[in-house]
Amino acid sequence: MTIRRVLRLLPVVPSILLLLLFLVAPVAWSFYASFTNASLTGKAAQDPQWVGADNYARMFSDDSFPLSAWLTVVFVAASAVLGQNVLGLLIALLMTRSRKVVSSVVGTAVVAAWVLPEIVAAFAAYAYFNREGTLNQLAGIVGVDGVDWLYSFPLVAIILANTWRGTAFSMLVYRAALADVPRDISEAALMDGARGWQRLTFITLPLIRSSITTNLMLITLQTLAVFTLIWVMTAGGPANASTTLPVLAYQEAFKFGDIGYGTAVASVLILLGMVFGALYVRLLRERRP
Amino acid sequence: MGADIALAVIGVCFVAPLLWLLLAAVDPQAGYQTKVPSAPSTANFSAVLTPELLFQPLANSLWLSAGTAVVNLLAAVLAAYPLSRYQSRFNKPFMYTVLFGTSLPVTAIMVPVYGLFVQLHLLDSMAATIFFMATTTLPMAIWMTKNFMDSVPLELEEAAWMDGASAMAALRTIVLPLMRPGLGVVFIFVFIQAWGNFFVPFILLLSPGKQPAAVSIFSFFGQHGAVAYGQLAAFSILYSVPVLLLYALVSRGMGNSFALSGAMKG
Repeated sequence: MTIRRVLRLLPVVPSILLLLLFLVAPVAWSFYASFTNASLTGKAAQDPQWVGADNYARMFSDDSFPLSAWLTVVFVAASAVLGQNVLGLLIALLMTRSRKVVSSVVGTAVVAAWVLPEIVAAFAAYAYFNREGTLNQLAGIVGVDGVDWLYSFPLVAIILANTWRGTAFSMLVYRAALADVPRDISEAALMDGARGWQRLTFITLPLIRSSITTNLMLITLQTLAVFTLIWVMTAGGPANASTTLPVLAYQEAFKFGDIGYGTAVASVLILLGMVFGALYVRLLRERRP
Repeated sequence: MGADIALAVIGVCFVAPLLWLLLAAVDPQAGYQTKVPSAPSTANFSAVLTPELLFQPLANSLWLSAGTAVVNLLAAVLAAYPLSRYQSRFNKPFMYTVLFGTSLPVTAIMVPVYGLFVQLHLLDSMAATIFFMATTTLPMAIWMTKNFMDSVPLELEEAAWMDGASAMAALRTIVLPLMRPGLGVVFIFVFIQAWGNFFVPFILLLSPGKQPAAVSIFSFFGQHGAVAYGQLAAFSILYSVPVLLLYALVSRGMGNSFALSGAMKG
């Protein structure tokens, strides 16, 4: 009986092997390597030495890590939590009240930015925020002098670009959630004389609360990992002004060849991902009937 | 009416960054300015339609994405079967661990993965890159596949088991044909993700001959000094068309929610 049970689980083995080799092992190796002086070239590449918590100590004394952690927080809060989440909800709400043609055309436009390959979206955003780009041309039409966005306000540009790129996900989540809100509840509230804002804050939002939290969790994780968009638009510059943690980990490991320090930064990022991942799993478990 | 106008304004803002791409592609004198070309032509398209510039990178993309989707689907179907069909006290913890795995930021593990690939002498190997890319989307794929498989009634297989068919035979002849649309969704979902993936092949594949379009597109982007704006735009469009079509195919059938069915159903 027990042997049969074990045999039944056999088909899961390939997946487990893949996950162990390509996800669990790199994570474990990351934590290990972050305590060594491993590097891409030179003596430390052949024979990395254990350096204890040196990399982590350096991380907090160095200027680049605290700056980069702060930039990551601002980037995630502004482009995911505020930008994608609020805009996605707003679009979904507007869609319930607008004509079908308008909502499907706009829906397609929003989704297009999301479905495009990341590198293409990044090029489009680069061109858009360029000194000679569309945004400044539009500003010129209304008589405002353009600025060099990518140079003067790199973080603002990548926050807007990431909002543009990622809002579709929140929009789809909220459209599905709003479609599940029973019509008679909001109609009853309307009869009781509730105004638009009141219905939104006291009825609709509480009803889709679990979608909101799940969505926030997922977009936070996705935004935490954004690399290509930033790398194409500003490459983390100028002078680290848009170096979020993934960009910092990449630069330290591959540009400066310092694998030990790069993995230390990556390990912090993995830990952050784990915290949010654990919260996400908890949320879904509680939602289960 | 107010909602229509507000929505239209938002829509215009979302389209604006794409205008440059569309206009520059048909403008042989394109720069970063968005302007209607004075002499529109397909010159940019014909310039990139060469074996080295377009076909080889696209073939590499196809090979990487299809390989990733096949490996992924095979592993996911096998894993989903016992999880969906047999009660076991391992099921729940396993599924939650898998779900947890979906939230690992892939950019964060690229440094360690590079280290692992160096140790195992796997750098610049298409096959290893395929297996790695398949693994990063595997948690999501297992989760989605199991959900689709759960909706195939168990009674159908029980009849086959009575007739002496093995579990794997029942899976192949009864369950899989019935969940073909679901499998298609998972396949396309993984394919689209792999097709658009820039960072992973950028780190793991070194020879230019193996690089997919996501990476080779970089040669238009100032690597040799001047940026070939028009060609960059034309190439971007040709490279994006397959995923746009695939997405349209899936979203039409699944009411736009396909990408979420894996993540949002507990």
